[in-house]
Amino acid sequence: MMSFRQFAKHLVILVGLTALPILSNAGDLGPTPPKAKMNFSDNSKCVKPIADIRRNHMELLKHKRDETMREGVRTKDNSLVECIDCHVTPNKKGEYARFGEDEHFCSSCHNYAAVNVDCFDCHSDLPEDAAKILRSSNNPHNMTEGGKK
Amino acid sequence: MKKAVFKQIDGNSINYWMLLALLGSFALAAVGAHFYMEHGGHYVTGMNNQIVWGLPHVFAVFLIVAASGALNVASISSVFNKTAYKPLAPLSTLVAIALLSGGLMVLVLDLGRPDRLIVAMTVYNFKSIFAWNMIFYNGFFLIVGIYAWTMLQRNLNKYSRIAGFTAFIWRLALTTGTGSIFGFLVARQAYDAAIMGPMFVVMSFSFGLAIFLLIVMATYKWTDRPLGDATFNRLKNLLGVFVAGVLYFVVAQHLTNLYATEHHGVEAFILRDGGIYTQLFWYGQIIMGGLIPLALIYHPTTGKSRTAISIASILIVLGGLIQMYVIIIGGQAYPLELFPGKEVSSSFFDGVVNSYSPTLAEALLGIGGFAVTLFMVAFAVKIMKFLPESLADEAVDPHHSK
Amino acid sequence: MSNSNHTNTYRRKFLAQSAAVAGLAIAPGIILNQVAHAKSDADKASSANRWGMLIDTNKCNKGCTDCVTACKTENAWGAGETHSSEEQQAQWIRKVTITDKQTGHVQSLPLMCQHCETAPCVDVCPTGASMKREDGIVQVDKHICIGCRYCMMACPYKARSFIHEKLELQKPTAPRGIGTVESCNMCAHRVDKGQDPACVEACSNAQHGAMLFGDLKDANSAISIELKKHGGEQIRADLGLNTGVRYQGL
Ligand code: SF4
Ligand code: SF4
Repeated sequence: MMSFRQFAKHLVILVGLTALPILSNAGDLGPTPPKAKMNFSDNSKCVKPIADIRRNHMELLKHKRDETMREGVRTKDNSLVECIDCHVTPNKKGEYARFGEDEHFCSSCHNYAAVNVDCFDCHSDLPEDAAKILRSSNNPHNMTEGGKK
Repeated sequence: MKKAVFKQIDGNSINYWMLLALLGSFALAAVGAHFYMEHGGHYVTGMNNQIVWGLPHVFAVFLIVAASGALNVASISSVFNKTAYKPLAPLSTLVAIALLSGGLMVLVLDLGRPDRLIVAMTVYNFKSIFAWNMIFYNGFFLIVGIYAWTMLQRNLNKYSRIAGFTAFIWRLALTTGTGSIFGFLVARQAYDAAIMGPMFVVMSFSFGLAIFLLIVMATYKWTDRPLGDATFNRLKNLLGVFVAGVLYFVVAQHLTNLYATEHHGVEAFILRDGGIYTQLFWYGQIIMGGLIPLALIYHPTTGKSRTAISIASILIVLGGLIQMYVIIIGGQAYPLELFPGKEVSSSFFDGVVNSYSPTLAEALLGIGGFAVTLFMVAFAVKIMKFLPESLADEAVDPHHSK
Repeated sequence: MSNSNHTNTYRRKFLAQSAAVAGLAIAPGIILNQVAHAKSDADKASSANRWGMLIDTNKCNKGCTDCVTACKTENAWGAGETHSSEEQQAQWIRKVTITDKQTGHVQSLPLMCQHCETAPCVDVCPTGASMKREDGIVQVDKHICIGCRYCMMACPYKARSFIHEKLELQKPTAPRGIGTVESCNMCAHRVDKGQDPACVEACSNAQHGAMLFGDLKDANSAISIELKKHGGEQIRADLGLNTGVRYQGL
């Protein structure tokens, strides 16, 4: 059993630790997103300058989503699928982190900033190559008769 | 005639707080049920791809419809200038707002994505009667709220007639809109009838007044305020007329449907072969919710008994819920007619009567709507002057005060 | 690091693609049906087209469910809804058996969203999530669907399903998820690339050839020619929805 004094001490430490990254302005304690597969082009890491994409990726994605979904525009720029394909990479053991885990590209920041996103309720959090393998191993009787289990 | 004196209820008895606590815990249970349903998804409910609207919709639609009916007393006093109803007009607006809040809460908490409610509030498809209803509902709060204010604030009293008139028109639109939700479903045999709109209006009169009468009787009894026979009889007789009206419309609805050959199937289903739905229709909706209350209201002995009238009102509410159940669930249980004259079967339950077994979570969510309504009323009459001190005959009836 | 550089990178990739398509289209006589309706990735779906299907029930094999299987594989449904009951699981397309009560004549046909021109599901949707593309494809924009299920009540064909649980590992071309409604979208992602919907392809691969896909607004498309020659009925034609999916031999 913890005494109240002990508990208070823990609490202070906990609060201090949580505040630290904010105070130290996100030094090495900030989010650590995994590296992308490759640079977008010879002179740019991402499809937009990093500062821009960090601040505005949601707007870009939203604009694109409406164009693709409602109007059938299928270009790759600013498409969520492209982001996932390039950014969600396996670790050294070849395993993929899933959305929600700190090691997943998107959650690495979103967990840190405590910003919830809906995207992965409907979109896969993995590149299709990886998803495909999991789909068939999860469901050995996949894709059979009339929607029955 | 004396001016009615409005006063808050004391609301500091143990019983009062117990009542609030009880209603509060039902409301909390509804919120709990909601989180349970949203957490993993709707698979924990009895709803499925065949019965897409379940028990929560039964309660939600009932409460929303009743909301507009509860406004009747206020409308009669302001729009038709019947002074006898005036003392109860503020309470009538309060009950209306509370019922709508309860109903909408249930409706919203049953959405697949209640987190996106903001979308529903900001993006409208103006072809959709649902979107129109969103506007009707929001407007109802605003207009009835203003109406209540003009009645409670003495120097605004002169505006209450015009506010009451606006509210009256608005709520007719609201109920017709709610009824039309079903009228627009041309493909569903059970709903494809122009009579749905007006029928919902009459249903709203009856359900709303039954709930209103129950609230009046309970508050005046529990607070030891006098409730005279004049007021009581007036409300109860009105209720009788409305119950008869609902019965009339139900008969008309089914008779007209029997004229149209394409509706014979669904009519036979509800009236004769529908199993649970047929039983609910005859025993629940017609006998329990219609004929028995009528008898209680108009029988010379029971008609005078407050207990009997309370029972009649409760039966009307229960019968109303059952009627909604038959309309909403029964209407979906009957299979869609895809190929008239042919037998249909598939892996997706084509051509079979769909089954639905409601779960506890859905029931709790629905009942929570009632709890929220009653909680709002109970709380509001304590903090604001909604209730006249006395509804004794001398205080209300112009003839007595002469 | 100017923005135009990024745009150029895309443009280069994009030009390469359109050149390939153009190369195929140069010889109109011999191009495959598949590229006959190709649009470039940057083009919007256009009201100059209206995509439709014609299903010949006489050619549809009673025991065959290849179209259903193909749809499941293409759009990754039919597995993964492990908590949902059978009544709760989604079905985008299903085989329906109909028996004439008088003659006893049995027919089998695939049934999916009929892509109605005056679609009840689009009319009733409060948010505009249920929508019709310019080219007539009806689908749900799950980004703004609130899961009210009004569209499911309104659809005369029971074409829609609600997702009753959390899903994962969706196809990039077929996002679908909890609390929203979904239905056949005629494989819009394939149509945009100039391919036939997966079900149509599967039916022809199975040598049944009961399903024909094409542009109803193009008088020279195979589907229009066939419709003109032999006609095609709508299911529940009495509702006057002018469906994009038509049937022969009903
Ligand atoms: S078949 Fe149903 S889902 Fe498809 S467009 Fe028509 S109404 Fe909408
Ligand atoms: S369930 Fe979604 S798509 Fe269907 S009517 Fe409601 S918001 Fe529109």
